[in-house]
Amino acid sequence: MTNSWTDIQNTDLVVIMGGNAAEAHPCGFKWVTEAKANRGAKLIVVDPRFTRSASVADFYAPIRQGTDIAFLLGVIKYCIDNDKVQWDYVKAFTNASYLVKDGFSYSDGLFVGYDESKRDYNRSEWDYQIGPDGYALVDETLQNPRCVWNLLKQHVAQYTPEMVERICGTPKDKFLKVAQMISETSSPQKAMTSMYALGWTQHSKGSQNIRSMAMLQLILGNIGIRGGGMNALRGHSNIQGLTDVGLMSNLIPGYLTIPTEREVDFQTYMGSRGFKPLRPNQMSYWQNYGKFFVSFQKAMWGSAATKDNNWAFEYLPKLDVPAYDMLRAFELMHEGKMNGYVCQGFNPLQSMPNKAKLIRGLSKLKYLITMDPLETETSRFWEKHGEINDVDPKSIQTEVIQLPTTCFAEDEGALVNSGRWLQWHWPGATPPGEAKHDTWIMAQIHLRLKALYAKEGGAFPDPIANLHWPYKDQGEPHPVEIAKELNGYVLETVYDPADPTKVVLEKGKQVAGFGVLRDDGTTACGCWIYSGCYTEAGNMMARRDNTDRDNTGAHPNWAFSWPANRRILYNRASADLDGKAWDPSRKLIEWDGTRWSGYDVPDIAPTAKPREVGPFIMNPEGVSRLFTRGMMREGPFPVHYEPFEAPIANVIAPKIRGNPVARVFKNDMTQFGDATEFPYAATSYRLTEHFHFWTKHVWVNAVLQPEFFVEISEELAREKSIQPGGWVRVWSKRGSIKAKAVVTKRIRPLICDGKPVHVVGIPLHWGFTGAAKEGFGPNALTPFVGDANIETPEFKAFLVNIEPTTPPAVA
Amino acid sequence: MAITTNPPVAPTPASYGDKDLLRRSASGPQHPDRQLTPVAKLIDVSKCIGCKACQSACLEWNNLREEVGVNTGVYENPHDLTPASWTLMRFTEWVNPETDNLEWLIRKDGCMHCADPGCLKACPAPGAIVQYTNGIVDFDRNHCIGCGYCVKGCPFNIPRISKVDHKAYKCSLCSDRVAVGQGPACAKACPTQAIVFGTKEEMKQHADKRIADLKSRGFKNAGLYDPPGVGGTHVMYVLHHNDKPSLYAGLPDNPRISPLVEAWKGMTKYAGLALIGLTAAAGFVHHLVAGPNKVTEHDEEEAARFAEGKATDGRVA
Amino acid sequence: MNMELSRRAFLRSAGAGVAGTAIGAFGFGGIEAAHASSIRAFKLTTMVETRNTCPYCSVACGIITYSKGDLRKGEKAELVHIEGDVDHPTNRGTLCPKGAALLDFAKAETRLKYPMIRKPGSDKFERVSWDQALDRIARLMKDDRDQNFVAKNNDGVTVNRWTTTGFLAASATTNETAFVTYKVVRSAGMLVFDNQARV
Repeated sequence: MTNSWTDIQNTDLVVIMGGNAAEAHPCGFKWVTEAKANRGAKLIVVDPRFTRSASVADFYAPIRQGTDIAFLLGVIKYCIDNDKVQWDYVKAFTNASYLVKDGFSYSDGLFVGYDESKRDYNRSEWDYQIGPDGYALVDETLQNPRCVWNLLKQHVAQYTPEMVERICGTPKDKFLKVAQMISETSSPQKAMTSMYALGWTQHSKGSQNIRSMAMLQLILGNIGIRGGGMNALRGHSNIQGLTDVGLMSNLIPGYLTIPTEREVDFQTYMGSRGFKPLRPNQMSYWQNYGKFFVSFQKAMWGSAATKDNNWAFEYLPKLDVPAYDMLRAFELMHEGKMNGYVCQGFNPLQSMPNKAKLIRGLSKLKYLITMDPLETETSRFWEKHGEINDVDPKSIQTEVIQLPTTCFAEDEGALVNSGRWLQWHWPGATPPGEAKHDTWIMAQIHLRLKALYAKEGGAFPDPIANLHWPYKDQGEPHPVEIAKELNGYVLETVYDPADPTKVVLEKGKQVAGFGVLRDDGTTACGCWIYSGCYTEAGNMMARRDNTDRDNTGAHPNWAFSWPANRRILYNRASADLDGKAWDPSRKLIEWDGTRWSGYDVPDIAPTAKPREVGPFIMNPEGVSRLFTRGMMREGPFPVHYEPFEAPIANVIAPKIRGNPVARVFKNDMTQFGDATEFPYAATSYRLTEHFHFWTKHVWVNAVLQPEFFVEISEELAREKSIQPGGWVRVWSKRGSIKAKAVVTKRIRPLICDGKPVHVVGIPLHWGFTGAAKEGFGPNALTPFVGDANIETPEFKAFLVNIEPTTPPAVA
Repeated sequence: MAITTNPPVAPTPASYGDKDLLRRSASGPQHPDRQLTPVAKLIDVSKCIGCKACQSACLEWNNLREEVGVNTGVYENPHDLTPASWTLMRFTEWVNPETDNLEWLIRKDGCMHCADPGCLKACPAPGAIVQYTNGIVDFDRNHCIGCGYCVKGCPFNIPRISKVDHKAYKCSLCSDRVAVGQGPACAKACPTQAIVFGTKEEMKQHADKRIADLKSRGFKNAGLYDPPGVGGTHVMYVLHHNDKPSLYAGLPDNPRISPLVEAWKGMTKYAGLALIGLTAAAGFVHHLVAGPNKVTEHDEEEAARFAEGKATDGRVA
Repeated sequence: MNMELSRRAFLRSAGAGVAGTAIGAFGFGGIEAAHASSIRAFKLTTMVETRNTCPYCSVACGIITYSKGDLRKGEKAELVHIEGDVDHPTNRGTLCPKGAALLDFAKAETRLKYPMIRKPGSDKFERVSWDQALDRIARLMKDDRDQNFVAKNNDGVTVNRWTTTGFLAASATTNETAFVTYKVVRSAGMLVFDNQARV
């Protein structure tokens, strides 16, 4: 989230598209109903299904899954055609005026530079024209045909309301009503918030779905303001934190990145990261990369990270591929190229696509280790459960070690919510049996590995032997000790160069914020964006002062919000060019002639003069990007691509299947089905009564929604003679499942490119462990392909067939 | 109105009790020496997202162990109120003929805590059903004889008889929580605060605001459901279509106490409460019903004839 | 801010404080002890309160756990109830159907209690001690690492990576668990490392 849950109360228009907040985030959705009840705000829901969110919406429009980009580019076109643009914002705070290289072009669904054999682009032409001074060229009048604004206008021209209806199946009048309501928020006195979740991410072009809305929000001037923003609802309680702390193949905490093997040494690595400003005076905050990186290396390897060994740069593994994401991990397993796998609080057998492939992959492992408070299907993948898990245990040679962990009620520490709040919690219960904290288990594994290396030697033991392990109880680091490492601390006393008697940083003290981190080895910091969370003043994450001056929804003294306790990102953009709030009733921060101040921590240097320093300080441009240069693999503007399995061909580029740059492993290409064999457009999702695969273990939730089902329209039920509550078989190119049928008016056939498209909805919460009825999940059916930039699996749009059937055999 | 404090853990005496009874089943008039401020739960159907948090919180707070059921092709689970499920979300898919738009009408069902409680009036067991002057109608299983007469007496078809202990069960409005200054578990949990709790007066004022908002959004028949046929209720609804309550999974358009209960009331009046002991009461019930919860159509007709005036059964089958 | 949420006397103090009760909030007048047979005794009396956060979605609702026994006094603590925290700015005491049933998660019959090993080809788990399990894990990991660690790639560039064992991190563990996990996993040179952000 750029904003917070409590900020949604400040909005005038909520657009829920690519998510279902009422269903998946009911208590956050409260702030939508508050905005409606107290500000007269309106709610629009755009979804293939009439969801629980839609049930309280002011306006609902149906859309075929996987066509959001066409819809949103259609809205952008509507705003441009009808002069519904926050012009001052667009001109000053976006790169609309930047001139693009003459070699950049787009036609027939592809940008310049495509190489079909590599499924990739040469992106060198997707960039600005750079002047002799090293800065990007701009035309503030927006007259130059090569400026971003004119290229964008040209790019969205084909997404007419008629084209939107043809692709999305959204009736033209409904599309126009949505576009009109959205466009009204181009007024500086109106705000719109976008609430989205996995309905946008779980597509082979998920990143571009989100980017399309982000561009729209910039054109409307809705980023950085109260009641505005791009608000990713996020699925799990600490998935924000796990990502912040960099638990991904290519990340270092705080969104630094693991070196690739092309970055042959430390200097090359650093040279590609500290971005120089692309316009005069801009902060380009990543220029500080070195300070964050060196401080991280010091937190990891303490005194073993020295200037002489490039801060232990070689202790970090180097990537040979863009990422070892989960899809790649299971591909490698399936190829027999992996021996071991550790699942900590994660149940991939239910969570990843193409279950048959997952079982084959897990069966080829030598060992599998699971750590979880609950039984998981993954740890019992070798166990036969009738048709639901039809395996032969004898033939599976994987050794499985299942470790019991504590749950929330029994542990201590911080979780980061969607609004980037780090909130501390305390244990209130004794763990059952011999269940242990994850911190204890990880420490025990590390200490045992370290001891084995000390005793036996082996492959490059240095990073293990020298891992900084400063904990009082070596075998069980305390959460407070770890939180202090994440915040950062001073290793050597630093004196003011101007006055050597003046201590700037005192050895051993916690740093107050990332502004003091250094690249000379005198500071250590586990995760720079968390700096300020545990300072000399104590545990800021445990703060419980919920006062909220003037009811802005900021709650600045409640817990800690990264970065720097800032509650709304890009809040400099809430003020106009001179630093006055666009809308006085939405004031966040203002320039008083010498400084920025207000309700929130300014997202800019406090003394940075308006009209000099742009509000998007992380970008070398100082402004936001409507044209994103070579940063996304599909192109600098979004393009409508169909899902890999789609009921119709791509209307704007019939020859292109799916996203032309999405990674598809060799054997998975042949496992895509087409509409002749699998005519129905399926999608998978959560239900409000359940949380993933956890709550089927919870008796009450098993009562509230006991049994696996699929949802279809009355029309499809009639066509296929399916009875409400009867059993159906649903199958794709990859697998077959059985479910009860819920026949509903909430799903209606859509007319796309002249053809009726039936939607089959498949909730995901069942399995073969727990208190609920045993059941299949959608992942037996889903395709093994991910988003081209981030590899989120395409769970939201695929093809199936369906027929009435008999109950499944149980074990 | 919202409860602004967390539940007490320090010993806290109940703020009302037996001396605050307005009515006690089969026990004659009560004489409370004070009048508690009437309380009410307001369920704003237009803010409800059907998430079932109310069901969950009710099961958890009241330690109810409902059975894990099956899917029958609908979102309702369990499929009806039961002795272990005192509240239930009922889902109706309705295409509004005026707009041609689908409306998903979701109503939290459960005891309405009628000001004129048919269950209590029907109950032959002294003290098995009580009504406090704050409006809460509560069952006391220690006195319940499992006759099922409360089920027939209820215009909303709410109480359920347990097959295990043969006692009647329904929502207590969390009388234990209200007694220490907390709201019911369902209202506390409700994510969108579609369910709110406070004094009946406050709830009516809150409803007025909600109705004004709904009217501004085109729901011209939005209104408060506080049916006069049962003397008003201490659980009220804000409905977008208050002209057609029955759209909401058969909420009675004009609920009235069953003629059977009027008959029973007439009988007790005639015989005099003091003369009727538990055995006699049970006998009367047995005369009319073949067993717990088994009132026949014939009995209904008989009772209707027995009752004074015109009797209209407001219940929905 | 409407009436449900605005009339709130927010606590300003930190820690697991207990607010006063709202007896009288409904105009009951004076507090008088009054027994009523139909009214159950209030079940949270004498329980120990602890502030926590719902572990499900990332709205991160504030919750209070109520337990018999006080961990801070070194006692065993058994959960009795979990309820939304009215002091929390986001959820204001409310909870969804999952959050409202959290007690049954912590006390689920299918909570894991002991380390278990399933041997190759077996159709069951067998209980082992923590030492047995952890020693075995360290052995398996070290053997695999030593056999498959890549110090230099074909071009002679130092890459120091281990890709034959992977690690999937969770989505509901704390930042503190995450960082310790990060340290242990990265220091071993592992690259097949992911979390649950995508699903």
